[in-house]
Amino acid sequence: MRAEVESISMSGDQEEGSTRWWSFLQSLGPLLALVIVTLGFAMADQYWGEGHFSELRNVRVILVQAAPVAVAALGMTLIIISGGIDLSAGTASALCATVLASLLASECSGSFAVAMTLLAGAACGLTNGLLIGLLRIPPFIVTLGTMTIFLGIGKRIAGGSTVFVPSPPDWLPSLVATMPPDWFGWIPNIASGVWLAVGIAILVAVVLHYTVLGRHLFAIGSNESTAVLCGVNILKTKVIVYALAGLLIGIAGIYSFSQGKMANPVEGIGRELKFIAAVVIGGGSLSGGRGSVLGTLAGAAIMGVISSGCAQLEVKNSTQDIMIGTIIIAAVTLDQFRIRRANLD
Amino acid sequence: MNATTDATPQTLLSMRRISKRFGATQALSDVSLDAYAGHVLALIGENGAGKSTLMKILSGAHKPDSGEMLLNGQPFLPAGPHAARTAGVAIVYQELNLAPDLSVEDNVMLGMEQSRFGCVRTTAQRKQVSAALDLLGHPQLTPDRRVGGLSIGAQQLVEIARALVSNARVVVFDEPTSSLPQQDVKRLFEIIRRLQSQGIAIIYISHFLEEIREVADQYLVLRDGQMAGAGRLTDSSDANIVSLMVGRDVDTLFPEVPHSVGEPVLRVAELTGRKSPQSVSFEVRKGEIFGLFGLVGAGRTETLRHVFGLDRAVAGSVTVNGRLYPPRPSARIQSGLGYVSEDRKGEGLAQALSIEDNLTLSRLKPYAKVGLLGWKNRRQTARQWMQQLRVKALHPGQTVGKLSGGNQQKIAIARILHQQAEILLLDEPTRGIDVGTKADIYRLMGELAAAGKTIIFVSSYVPELMAVCDTIGVMSKGRLLDVRSVSQWTETDILSVAISS
Repeated sequence: MRAEVESISMSGDQEEGSTRWWSFLQSLGPLLALVIVTLGFAMADQYWGEGHFSELRNVRVILVQAAPVAVAALGMTLIIISGGIDLSAGTASALCATVLASLLASECSGSFAVAMTLLAGAACGLTNGLLIGLLRIPPFIVTLGTMTIFLGIGKRIAGGSTVFVPSPPDWLPSLVATMPPDWFGWIPNIASGVWLAVGIAILVAVVLHYTVLGRHLFAIGSNESTAVLCGVNILKTKVIVYALAGLLIGIAGIYSFSQGKMANPVEGIGRELKFIAAVVIGGGSLSGGRGSVLGTLAGAAIMGVISSGCAQLEVKNSTQDIMIGTIIIAAVTLDQFRIRRANLD
Repeated sequence: MNATTDATPQTLLSMRRISKRFGATQALSDVSLDAYAGHVLALIGENGAGKSTLMKILSGAHKPDSGEMLLNGQPFLPAGPHAARTAGVAIVYQELNLAPDLSVEDNVMLGMEQSRFGCVRTTAQRKQVSAALDLLGHPQLTPDRRVGGLSIGAQQLVEIARALVSNARVVVFDEPTSSLPQQDVKRLFEIIRRLQSQGIAIIYISHFLEEIREVADQYLVLRDGQMAGAGRLTDSSDANIVSLMVGRDVDTLFPEVPHSVGEPVLRVAELTGRKSPQSVSFEVRKGEIFGLFGLVGAGRTETLRHVFGLDRAVAGSVTVNGRLYPPRPSARIQSGLGYVSEDRKGEGLAQALSIEDNLTLSRLKPYAKVGLLGWKNRRQTARQWMQQLRVKALHPGQTVGKLSGGNQQKIAIARILHQQAEILLLDEPTRGIDVGTKADIYRLMGELAAAGKTIIFVSSYVPELMAVCDTIGVMSKGRLLDVRSVSQWTETDILSVAISS
């Protein structure tokens, strides 16, 4: 019997290596898609365009545009892994931008305004989490409601029009600068906001894979009853995850303000779909339990590449929308195909 | 099957050398079955023996990998349940497939509506439904009644009526009595006899031998997807059939592990839930294996769920080692309780997560250093448990959903052992798993009891309770009717208490 047990574990180690390698390869799927889409546009641009697509300047533009989507989508990734959804993310991010703009417009200090903005984002998330956890209403419904509520609050703060801030503190616009200063010779001079997004992505990955909270999120998303049975505090976990996501949405709001030195609450309508799309293209499952940081980043980047590439090629906006929609469906179809195959093994 | 002694019974359905494989598991291999007009064939086998797969192939829900089926001498390969039904094969499932908000008539005719130009032909349809209901003769059954308001027994009759209106020639009953009160069982048997006299071939799935003797003529025993034996019931003894089902001597199936019983550790007093349990009181002692028997719906699962704090009790108390704990799973886990759910897929395990994730989910604290989880230790621990319980899996990172039922169950048990549970609440831990793993689990239960752990073992299978437990309690309709030490019970005693109301 002992010999048998050992032989099982021996063969197990070999298998383990190969399946881990395989699952790592699979997680690269969205990255591969990113590479293909990028190469496609680069080649198309060489033939038909003016060849600006692959210039460093354009890479900076793409990254700066993708960063805010990525940051909010990382929060959405956490929520989607836990089996939830946040439809209010779009209007909440515009609400946060509005808070920032109006505080700056009323001559508050920059750091105070940013702190309040982050607080506003966390408060939005906390509200969602508490409503979902306490009232036991599906997240889809709760956030459908708060989506409109946040829009209303934003409008009230903005006083019904766009809030302009003529001269915000310098470090805000530099978050999303397309021509950032050359800090150190050996680090490519990409806007600080992109580095911030990378840092946040690493933090979120750590939370997902190396904390108790992360394990609980995956457990709740893949089977909430099991999590209950294992003594996981569902209410607490949900409130934390929505509040965390809210914080990230607050950061996305700071970016969106910085891009135009102004904020309008109405701009946030529909933005949540971009965040959700990034997660889904990146392999996140709307039924919960699956999602990855790398995938979401790739998803956000793919959308950035498409919009920039289409602009360079002077492709109509409508074509762009159709392309992104097609990619979403293709990504999910491929993913389902993969899962079905995996289940057959 | 030897039926030549009968006066030339007409073979209605013939399944020949059917094989079916799901991934790595061979669910059926070379199984043959004959059903004769006006006869009842009992399909016997433990959970997981392949009975439901065979019936799913018959109903068209699965395609066989090899083998053929003949219905009335014609080749029969239904494309789906609807095709099977129109061809004359109807199945009355254990879990009823009814739309609770529709009327009896609408349910009976669902998918078979008689229509002309898209409009339902109400009068013709009503006639047909009434004729079927008359044959069943149940006072509650009128065409306009809402199905959701009917008793379980009456709902089952609606399913049977469905079979009747489709002019079924072969009717399969899948464990029909598992949720029925006694008087409904009697009525069901009468109806089966009526169907029999109309020349319908009946396949009756059950593992209650007494019932089978009452209704069936022939039997076919399946074990691990293979035919273990077949014949006429009058020619074989109960012991004979049981050994065919189990496939080994009873002694090796239930390895005896000596253990001694100590002081009471768990006291349940007047525990009452919204519907069930109803004022249930019992106590379990250290090192004791306490069996809980009852028919489906008797309230055994509900009792465990209340003890574990998954459902809020309306009244009563649960004391562990003389202390009360708040009614939350987390607090009950701290008190030393651990719960293995009967529903592995829906609740017991997160099927999409890895073995190590499932195994350590209820106790992650020891792996967190400064808030960060170590992967290596967890993997190491998972590997140790897998070896200790002899889990057959590739590695701790493998997805739980890919394991066989028995190995999944071992992971579920390993989890509560890993969370250092002293009192194990095991709800149907041997359901749907192979005989070898069953023996493993029985031995494990004995060893755990010998190591001073306390076990509450819920089961619907009397022989395993009789073999493994020190004490058995029997529940019916939410009440715990009788608790005796195992030597004071006989199998018939247990059953008769369980069906008394």
